[in-house]
Amino acid sequence: MLGLAIEIPYWGQSLLRVLGGIVAVLLPAGTIVYLFLFKMMSFMQSRLGPMEAGPYGSMQLFAEVGKWLQKEDIAPEAADVRIFKMAPIIVLVSTFLLVAVVPFGPDAYFTNFEVGVFYALAVGSVSVIGILIAGWASANKYSLLGGLRAAGQLIAYELPMVLAVVGVVIQAGTMNLQGIVVAQNTGEIFGFAGIGFPFVITQFVGFIIFMIAVQAELTQAPFDMPIAESELVSGYMTEYSGFRFLMFFIGEFATAGVFAFIASVLFLGGWGIPFAWFGWEGLADVPNWMNVAGPLIMFAKMLLLTFIIMWVRFSYPRFREDQLQTFAWKILIPVSLLNIAVTAIIKVAV
Amino acid sequence: MPKVPGLIKGLGVTFGTLVRTAKEGANTVQYPHEKEAPPIRARGVIALREDNCTACMLCARSCPDWCIYIEGHKQLAPPRRAGGKPRQVNHLDRFDIDYALCMYCGICVEVCPFDALFWSPEYEYSEPRIADLLHDKDKLGEWMETVPEAPELEAGAEKKK
Repeated sequence: MLGLAIEIPYWGQSLLRVLGGIVAVLLPAGTIVYLFLFKMMSFMQSRLGPMEAGPYGSMQLFAEVGKWLQKEDIAPEAADVRIFKMAPIIVLVSTFLLVAVVPFGPDAYFTNFEVGVFYALAVGSVSVIGILIAGWASANKYSLLGGLRAAGQLIAYELPMVLAVVGVVIQAGTMNLQGIVVAQNTGEIFGFAGIGFPFVITQFVGFIIFMIAVQAELTQAPFDMPIAESELVSGYMTEYSGFRFLMFFIGEFATAGVFAFIASVLFLGGWGIPFAWFGWEGLADVPNWMNVAGPLIMFAKMLLLTFIIMWVRFSYPRFREDQLQTFAWKILIPVSLLNIAVTAIIKVAV
Repeated sequence: MPKVPGLIKGLGVTFGTLVRTAKEGANTVQYPHEKEAPPIRARGVIALREDNCTACMLCARSCPDWCIYIEGHKQLAPPRRAGGKPRQVNHLDRFDIDYALCMYCGICVEVCPFDALFWSPEYEYSEPRIADLLHDKDKLGEWMETVPEAPELEAGAEKKK
């Protein structure tokens, strides 16, 4: 844990892991909301966005959180109250579970899980349950429709996401996310090791499919049919207010950050810099300062990817429901299957 | 040159706007700190010239929202010419417009036969309490100051005597 020389007792390690997890989830979420949702979207619409709370409105998010926390915790009369109140927690917890396998440095990880990719993809789909029961328990037709649409969409886009990752797994030869980072940074392109071998080069198709699937998993426009505000008010979130809405809100942007972390691990080389720069042979040679630099590199890559996610979100109009399903089943899945086949053939042949 | 796909072009538009806003500033203004002057004939609020009003009730009756409240009484005014009979005039006691109801259709301004109602470009009269939006004739009279001069008549138009 963190490569410290001092021995930390198990409870201390657990505490550090919990704190690290909270930081790793909430810091990206806050940054994304302020930098992209508040400021970038405003600038793209030729306005300034929040400017009053703090310098350039930087404290706006705290003001909003304070407002949400003060609000009454309302549940509709006909709702299944226990399930209704549980749903946002499930959604938020799935985000925290997701970050558990993301490596941020040679020793800066929460768990070094051998089948990390498998775990991440499995846990990533837990939020579907939260969203579905949120829609169902609200006793509201808009919520129900939103929840059903969300379930249909998330399950449909789960597949291309899994299939897109398979290409990376084949190429790296491991499902361990740390192993994938090392494979990318020790690799070389035709004997040139200057930039390592980020899988985005060979798995470009996989990367595009993965990012599209992430966009859909996050129900960001153009895939925001489940919360289509002009027809469903706010979809499965319609009946939520106060801190339960806040949980959905944090969950949405925290998951964006965590998926961007995973995408940067899978395709952009993760926390690593090409090992050849400093003559490192493998993971054991990486010095301790990478445990500090690694998270910063990850953060920068996360910002780049979430910038693209948000840019697309602010630019495109919404897909119709049938177009959305057609796109997943008839285009993304066949293309990603083809991608796997080609990758496997090349892997065996070379 | 091949046509740029719309998807890429759309991204370009939003990014272009982002850069333009960062460089040249936004198209919006930061309202309470900085104000935009409304167009001179903007329909901000309805002002009343009390002297012209005869309490004829045409405006109140034509109002779709019934938001104009008029009360008046008849009284005798001194004769116009010496030795004449005292005139009977309508005196306005109350003229209220409830801006919580008003939908700014302007029918009252159109219908007024004595030029007592005018559009003013004043727009900053919001109130924390909805009942405070009921404005009386003194307040409506204050807004007369902000009413712009009537436009010039067209060339050759019949002058009012």
